[in-house]
Amino acid sequence: MAIVKTERHPEMPPPVSQTGVIGWLRENLFSSWLNSILTLVSLYVVWWAVSHLVSYTIIDANFLGSTKADCTGEGACWVFIKERFGQNMYGFYPVDERWRVDLGYILGAIGLFLVLSDVVKDKKWPAIFLFLIYPVVCYFLFYGGVGLQVVETSEWGGLFLTLVLASVSIFVALPLGIVLALGRRSTMPAVRMMCVGFIELIRAVPLISVLFMASVMLPLFLPEGQNFDKLVRALVGMSLFSAAYMAEVIRGGLQAIPKGQMEAAKSLGLGYWQAMAFIILPQALKISIPAIVNTFIGLFKDTTLVLIIGLLDLLSIVKGGLADTKWLGLATEGYVFVAAVFWVFCFGMSRYSIWLENKLHTGHKR
Amino acid sequence: MTADVSGQSGVSLWRDPKIRAIFFQVLVLGLFLAFVLYVGNNTIINLEKRGIASGFGFLSQPAGFDIGVVLLMDFNAQTSTHGDVLLIGMINTLAVSFAGIVLATIIGFIFGVLRLSNNWMVNKIAAVYIEVVRNIPLLVQLLFWYGAVGAFLPGVKDSIHLSENVYLNIRGLAFPKIIPEAGFMIIPIALIIGIVATVFVSKWAQKRQDATGQPFPTFWAGLGLIIGLPIIAALVSGIPFSIEDPKFGRFNIQGGWSLEPEFLALLLGLAIYTGSFIAEIVRAGINSVSHGQTEAANSLGLHPNKTMRLIILPQALRVIIPPLTSQYLNLTKNSSLATAVGYPEIVAIFSGTSLNQTGQAIEIIALTMLFYLVISLLISLFMNWYNKKIALVER
Repeated sequence: MAIVKTERHPEMPPPVSQTGVIGWLRENLFSSWLNSILTLVSLYVVWWAVSHLVSYTIIDANFLGSTKADCTGEGACWVFIKERFGQNMYGFYPVDERWRVDLGYILGAIGLFLVLSDVVKDKKWPAIFLFLIYPVVCYFLFYGGVGLQVVETSEWGGLFLTLVLASVSIFVALPLGIVLALGRRSTMPAVRMMCVGFIELIRAVPLISVLFMASVMLPLFLPEGQNFDKLVRALVGMSLFSAAYMAEVIRGGLQAIPKGQMEAAKSLGLGYWQAMAFIILPQALKISIPAIVNTFIGLFKDTTLVLIIGLLDLLSIVKGGLADTKWLGLATEGYVFVAAVFWVFCFGMSRYSIWLENKLHTGHKR
Repeated sequence: MTADVSGQSGVSLWRDPKIRAIFFQVLVLGLFLAFVLYVGNNTIINLEKRGIASGFGFLSQPAGFDIGVVLLMDFNAQTSTHGDVLLIGMINTLAVSFAGIVLATIIGFIFGVLRLSNNWMVNKIAAVYIEVVRNIPLLVQLLFWYGAVGAFLPGVKDSIHLSENVYLNIRGLAFPKIIPEAGFMIIPIALIIGIVATVFVSKWAQKRQDATGQPFPTFWAGLGLIIGLPIIAALVSGIPFSIEDPKFGRFNIQGGWSLEPEFLALLLGLAIYTGSFIAEIVRAGINSVSHGQTEAANSLGLHPNKTMRLIILPQALRVIIPPLTSQYLNLTKNSSLATAVGYPEIVAIFSGTSLNQTGQAIEIIALTMLFYLVISLLISLFMNWYNKKIALVER
């Protein structure tokens, strides 16, 4: 009399302690005694930090009013930022002409979107617009001429100046960096030595000393009576500095391309420049994109250093505002605001780089 | 009817790669020389116009200004020269860079390991620290620490009492000072002997382990030697030093050692900023070690701590060291941002004040750059040596 079970037992759900919220909590937060203690300590740290941050920046903060006397609460005095917002964004750019800056932003945003996103497949025309037409348009739009009132660069400032510094240096540094990287890998010893010398010299010294050199020594190098605008001098310094870093990044990409690619190109009858332009550089640039974006982020953060040679970028405009006798003692608000603006830009760029890396990471993904 | 294969005819000279290379190099060198001559000529004319004498004579001229932080040297506004300014600038740069490198490495390794923790909360806290700090310019952070946090520090009378005889106030951090008495030198000598002995013990332990497989607690032995020997030396020689506590005077804290707020702000800013980059490097390094290594170690029955110390970290270090070197170099160069918070390092006092006073732009900028070049080379040399030492030995 054997008992034989003929029906399959219905599948049981996994234990409650292994799935859902409880399972997740057990696995990620309370898997051992040590982990439980760590979790509780971190919960306290987070609670402490977040509660202070929220009460300082939002709950106890002051948003209404127009003078420091309106800041009666315990928290941050955002009235300060609100009242000086225009200056923080445009510097001393004439108020009636600020639309030109905004128009430049809009055109740039459209161009960037078309080139960087996936919406347009053929990127030839957006790229020509962004890299050839847009800079010329911007020059006349921002500086003036052809019927527009001239705004001297000494009146430029705030976030606007920061963006100009960053984008012009990036625009110059990328092609210059490619040339330097190719030069460094050249078989011609004289060319190679000069590129190595330039790259290593610039990389070994701090940006401040390069900026000092640009602002103090550049006038000495030029023929008597000729002089550059202060902004142009800073741009020369920043561009040369970032070109050296860019060159090393691109050199890394070039080194990763197997020798066979160049040999194949040569066997097809392509010359050096043709092989570089159509075979080697597209591949090398593609694999170095994340590193190039990282260099951009570094460059963007480094624009704040022009404060030391007296240009009025976002940081120095805000720092200058702190010395205003009407708004004394608001250093925290000022620096938190600058930090937040820079953070949004840099974090955005780093996320874009990760997205791009995943998109381009084809073929060898498991 | 024979084909011409001599290679001379039919192929123009321009097509010969060798000749083309020579032509290009001559062209590039010629342009470079012309550029140097042009710039040099302009500079000479400009300098003559402004009546600036060239040369390094200004280094022996009196400086005529005071410096806030002076280490290891005496400085006097009346008698000290621009040469002394240069020297103090170099010492101050080295001091803050060295302290910064040590602190940033500690912060970076802690957060790099926390970032890999399987505890979700800990992991996320480390991620937030890294993402926030990395994406904010260092100069903003320095000004924040100095201008925003520093301004909230209490005055001398309401100093924050951190622990026994350690005070934090708007003038900086004050802590007890060690005053050497006769026979004090035996302590540093004992320390050096301890370090040398540790090196020998570790070499001997390595050899013994290679031969017999017996491990030796090198770390604890070394710790005992390095800390124990100086303590024994101090006790045996009858404690040849006295401790001077900082005391409240009428206007300021008297006695003891103190760290200036400028130094503290710079050190904190540099260490926290660079630490976030080091944390990412450490994380990437540990991630690069194949998971099979951990599994193999587990299957051998190794304790997780030992797995980390003996299996994972040594392999991760090979990936970590080269980018870590760049971060050390960056930190040293970034110490030049001290200009913004008023810590007197080489760029602030030499490229700044001395340059303004003497106008010797070329000599001063050249000396400053030379200093950074030498430092960069030394750090790279040391780290490359270390890198070679730990690199994978292949057939």
